Amino acid sequence: MKEEISVEVFNHLVGLAALELDAEQATYLRRELNLQLQVIHELEAIPLEEDLKINAHGVKYEASITPQLRADEWIPYEDVEAILSQVPELRDRFVVVPNIPHEKLD
Amino acid sequence: MTMQLCDTPAHELSILLRKKKISAKEIVESCLERVAAVDGRPGSLDPGENSSQDNQSVHAMITLTAEKALAQAKGLDDKVARGEPLGSLAGVPFTVKDIFCVKDTLTTAASRMLANFRAPYTATTVERMLAQDGLMIGKVNLDEYTFGSSNESTAFQPAPRNPWDTNRVPGGSSGGSAASVAAGEAAISLGTDTAGSIRQPAAFCGVVGIKPTYGRVSRYGLIAFASSLDCPGPLARNVTDAAMLLKAIAGPDRQDATAVTKAVPDYVGVLDQGVKGLRIGLSEDYFKIVYMDAETGEMLQKPVPDEVRAAVYHAAEILKAQGAEIIEDVPMPNTRYAIPAFFVISRVEAASNLHRFDGAKYGYRTAQPKRDLREMYQATRNEAFGLQPKLRILMGMYVSAAQYSEQYYSRALKVRTLIRRDFENVFDPGSSYHLDALLTPTTPTTAFEMGAVYGDSVLMQYADQFTVTANHAGIPGMTFPAGLGADGLPLGVQLLGPDFSEPILLRMGRVFEEGTQAEAWRLQKPQVLRGLA
Repeated sequence: MKEEISVEVFNHLVGLAALELDAEQATYLRRELNLQLQVIHELEAIPLEEDLKINAHGVKYEASITPQLRADEWIPYEDVEAILSQVPELRDRFVVVPNIPHEKLD
Repeated sequence: MTMQLCDTPAHELSILLRKKKISAKEIVESCLERVAAVDGRPGSLDPGENSSQDNQSVHAMITLTAEKALAQAKGLDDKVARGEPLGSLAGVPFTVKDIFCVKDTLTTAASRMLANFRAPYTATTVERMLAQDGLMIGKVNLDEYTFGSSNESTAFQPAPRNPWDTNRVPGGSSGGSAASVAAGEAAISLGTDTAGSIRQPAAFCGVVGIKPTYGRVSRYGLIAFASSLDCPGPLARNVTDAAMLLKAIAGPDRQDATAVTKAVPDYVGVLDQGVKGLRIGLSEDYFKIVYMDAETGEMLQKPVPDEVRAAVYHAAEILKAQGAEIIEDVPMPNTRYAIPAFFVISRVEAASNLHRFDGAKYGYRTAQPKRDLREMYQATRNEAFGLQPKLRILMGMYVSAAQYSEQYYSRALKVRTLIRRDFENVFDPGSSYHLDALLTPTTPTTAFEMGAVYGDSVLMQYADQFTVTANHAGIPGMTFPAGLGADGLPLGVQLLGPDFSEPILLRMGRVFEEGTQAEAWRLQKPQVLRGLA
């Protein structure tokens, strides 16, 4: 079967996805991606009208059923402690993470 | 076997409670006893090897909320004693798929990533069920982040098993919901459906499942898989109970801009209006199974098994006998493209939704010391995501990459338009078909064996080939039990209708239920219940 997603492309994707994989995982995932792509190519058999619009939700959101946008108002959350209690590392109510990498742009 | 309270339909429990013939405490205790009898140990991250007992248990639960349920029951019994008005779900025990946030309760998404996450708020749907005096028994297992059709991908093992045969999968991703209802651990359950995740497990476990019209039910507090496809909905042992739950959870929500403002009908009140004059279609496009040839990779088609086709035709006969008109050979030409389009659209949305899980603000964070944030993200996501989330992220990133987006993502969204158009063409009152619903199989087969499909992501996805079209089109779909296969496992049939046609689908389901009450298969019980006193 054709392997459209090569090892190089796959490794690039893994980096973009902020993942790191062992060899066994990588082999399985790349194989499945290529199998899925094979299925996705079925879509190419369908003749599409030139002006065919995309569909984002299925259901048509006509004005009569669409909620009005909420006012753009800040509403403080009532239980901040419940949120802060979930933070893996917290110092003085700030979220602590390792150094943020910076790249010098030319 | 005498009928226990936990096996009693939700609508009957509610009446018995109002008449003070039973208490909420008795209802909860009955459910907890059933959980103790059939569920086995709850799912956990470090389960060890399965014992033979494990292999004969249901394992629907991740978190049993027994104390909360008993406290709720006490509050409800006090309310009854004081003569206060009761909610529509008063005394109805329910489970919640562990993908919905429930305040101060673990909300895991069946992933190591969220194993320690205590939600700071409650999903609108669950809030509404509790406000209607429903009794939450526990939070149930699912495929990790809902990514699967068998429940085997959960990080919380042992994975749920089918109560009709514990060597079979319960389906997925709402497998814990379907299994808990089929096994009598609760009367109803709240699930979600992105490609068939309510309807497929409901069919496998012999219960009713509804994927409502997109926007009918709020998604607030639901951990998202694919935001344009996800729909919360009910699972129940009968049509009336499913209607009760849908009525309780449907409606606009200021927290979800996609929840429509359309008035919610009285789904229970319409149930007995019959089907006289309603037009129901059958399509050959839903009697073909698409599959991939293992050697060549070619996509092939074969007919559904005879018993699956027969179940649909039997349902059609029952409905016809009650006055519905059956129209055959309805063309639905884009059905076979629904899975390929889903592979693209759902992966792009899933990848986007999964980027938030990075170990910074909540959930799992790697214990390894890391030099910088990027390394922390990578180690966290590697350690905490299972293979299925990783697969979806990678595919989502590939097909939405700038150089491929037009070829894959835009094209898939246009194919989605064609799938929607298939339905519009046959539901349009001005068309020659002008159908009220399409009647189809829910699944290509009965429940498959544990381990038979897991790992083959293409074959697993094709388990949803008859259900996913409704998610693309946004329309409602309902599955209901329609008999047993030669293997003794439940067969489900599905009704698909125009936007917001849930009342009509429920009426059809009710007519089928009444018309088959005397059939022998209705007397059969799931395997795990057969030995119980």
